[in-house]
Amino acid sequence: MRQQIVISGVGGQGVIFVTRLLAEAAIVNGFSVFTSETHGMAQRGGTVLSHLKVGSFASPLIRPYKADGLLALKAESLAQHGSYLESDAWAVVNSTNHVKPKFDWSVFTVDADKLAMKIKNPKSVNLVLLGYAMAVISVSSENKLFCSIDDVKNVLENRLADKKEMLGASIEAIETGYYHRNSKLET
Amino acid sequence: MGKRKLMLGNEAIARGLMENCCVMATSYPGTPASEILSSFVAMQKEGSDSRHAQWAVNEKVAFEIAYAGSMTGLRSAVSMKQVGLNVASDPLMSAAYLGVKGGFLVVSADDPGPHSSQTEQDSRLMAMMAKIPVLDPDSPMQAKEMVAMAFELSEIFEIPVMIRPTTRVCHARQDIMLGDIQPNEREADFQKDPARWAATPKFRFHLHQELEKKLKALSFYQKTAPIRLNVETTAQKAVVASGVAAAHTQEIMKDLNIWDAIPLYQVLQPYPLHKEFIKHLMDTYDEILVIEETTGVIEMQLADRHSVKGKLTNSVPMVGELLPEIIQKIVSEFAGVHTEKIDLTSEPGIRPTLCAGCPHRASFFAIKKAAPKGIYTSDIGCYTLGLNLGAVDTVLCMGAAVSQAAGFYHAYKNEKKRPDIVATIGDSTFFHAGVPALIDAVVQKVRFVLVILDNRTTAMTGNQPTPASGLGAGGESLDSVDIKTLVEGCGVKFCKEGDPYNQDEFIPLIKEAVKYSREHGPAVVISRHPCLIDRLWKDRSEQPRIQVEVDDNCDGCTFCIDHFECPALVFNKEEENVSIDPILCSGCGVCVHVCPKKSIKEII
Repeated sequence: MRQQIVISGVGGQGVIFVTRLLAEAAIVNGFSVFTSETHGMAQRGGTVLSHLKVGSFASPLIRPYKADGLLALKAESLAQHGSYLESDAWAVVNSTNHVKPKFDWSVFTVDADKLAMKIKNPKSVNLVLLGYAMAVISVSSENKLFCSIDDVKNVLENRLADKKEMLGASIEAIETGYYHRNSKLET
Repeated sequence: MGKRKLMLGNEAIARGLMENCCVMATSYPGTPASEILSSFVAMQKEGSDSRHAQWAVNEKVAFEIAYAGSMTGLRSAVSMKQVGLNVASDPLMSAAYLGVKGGFLVVSADDPGPHSSQTEQDSRLMAMMAKIPVLDPDSPMQAKEMVAMAFELSEIFEIPVMIRPTTRVCHARQDIMLGDIQPNEREADFQKDPARWAATPKFRFHLHQELEKKLKALSFYQKTAPIRLNVETTAQKAVVASGVAAAHTQEIMKDLNIWDAIPLYQVLQPYPLHKEFIKHLMDTYDEILVIEETTGVIEMQLADRHSVKGKLTNSVPMVGELLPEIIQKIVSEFAGVHTEKIDLTSEPGIRPTLCAGCPHRASFFAIKKAAPKGIYTSDIGCYTLGLNLGAVDTVLCMGAAVSQAAGFYHAYKNEKKRPDIVATIGDSTFFHAGVPALIDAVVQKVRFVLVILDNRTTAMTGNQPTPASGLGAGGESLDSVDIKTLVEGCGVKFCKEGDPYNQDEFIPLIKEAVKYSREHGPAVVISRHPCLIDRLWKDRSEQPRIQVEVDDNCDGCTFCIDHFECPALVFNKEEENVSIDPILCSGCGVCVHVCPKKSIKEII
């Protein structure tokens, strides 16, 4: 099992948090894991990018055309970071309208900002998008994700064991995204 | 059997310090090194034994505190970013001569790219200049292992040892096998030896001779010798790499199917490079490719260079991070194998900006109102982003806002028209290197305004405390130094405080300071408002939230966007007007003062 995923957005959206959740879920499932993150000045609202490599790797960075998938917290991310994707990759994009893919990518869009506002948790866009991604990738992609939504929920429960309120809100956000998939599948 | 845990490279280094009995750890925050000390503090809280961990006022002070710990026989470490090592270079050069007792590590994190630094300088060159060994980890896991190796080296050879991680090690996460944390069994025991610890130049000559002997022995020390990563084959070519570039190269060579054809050596200790390794390379291979970041430190030690390809032959770029796609191109050309052309063209990203509601933005707006044609010197911190607002003209290095302001004043002194000069510096940076420059400006009667942006924290690097916070690295209560008292102690006659959120009073205050400075000399304004993302402050926040809206009179002139650039002010292209993003708006209410048409209004 080897999977390489790019996660992107702007500083403050929780790109690093999502990367960490997935990395910890990988460890729970017995895989080796590498991530690479953006810290420092770019975190002040600038473009931030995480690389996640699950399985046996030596380097923390993903090369162009090698990523299996992209989680984009901003609609512009697909254009900015699409060149990391291999030709049949998946991309899950937070966007108000459908984004046209450049190659044979399976692109799924969802208005995660709106969903996050709906549950009165505007800072949970990252988790809403993650939940949505976990639903759509395992349904329509041949390469299932290395972890399930339950793995991610378990990681959250461990991390936020003594912050019950935050845990409840986080689970709600993930599930909001996960159960939103209904009939919206677009490729 | 240990437990596997996901760890940031910096956490792994801190864990290595904990597992190897480091009992004194000091630092000054700087990306990408900041999390080393904060992780050490967090781990120490979980443990039972008492260790000293602290943020120091600057890297030189941090170095000297930890070094004295080593002189008593205890294991100690100082961590910083690469430009911080410049500040600490004075004690570094001298400590190399004197040597150590307890193991002493200097962790200097480099930033090829650069991602969050003024320079791409290579700390390994500083190690070479100081004549101390340096280890170059390729991953968080290896960084942790190298802490143990470095303490061992340091104590065997009685020498400071540098560990040089780069951004891709510091800010990578990896599953790490935890070892046991050993309790410290040593006691502080300083053995007086003035000929060594207070050596005069005569003794320094002998110490230099000793140092050269140590270096020679280090270049034959087997445990840190380069390792061959793939199996033995006969080949005419070989690749030599170190640090994260070795990790990239390993993956790339496997993908290119040349893993069994070309030997790959990883250098663990780039300086001093092992003598036998140099001889082996020269005797065995016709062509040698060297891949390292950022300067050709290994390459330069390969004395007979006719068979060597690297930075000096323009085979490897001199500038910028060695991203894996760049290494792929270099290695495939060297191996003579075909690889797909990689063209990572991407649309430009979003530039960083001050947070919505950041008090710095309010200060900059007032400064531009009060001295519209001024020269604005500034410094290192979040407020460097004031350049987006046209309120920052210069950024050189820590503390230079004050000394450059003085330099501009002296340069224009004899001109008929002298510009107003307004310097901005953060509270932490003022303590770090601004104070001596301010003393100099007082003595020289420099006519300028210094605005100290006091947000009560070291914001850019993750909200570490400042000397004014009265808090230690672990949140413990300490003594504090008051900025106003300090400024007045430097001899400044005009020193006033204000809250930049309160623009009605703050703009006149800056104007008053500008007027004073034109006739008398230095005027200091302390702009006080806490950082919005500082958790310590958030908990006791009672800042009223001012709800604002844009009324129909907005004609989309974009003055507020261009001169205030708050992320919560959104320009709507189709409607040609501005609106407020309710998610991003912090409710500071400062933008009410910004709109020239008074279209931004408080909702009452």
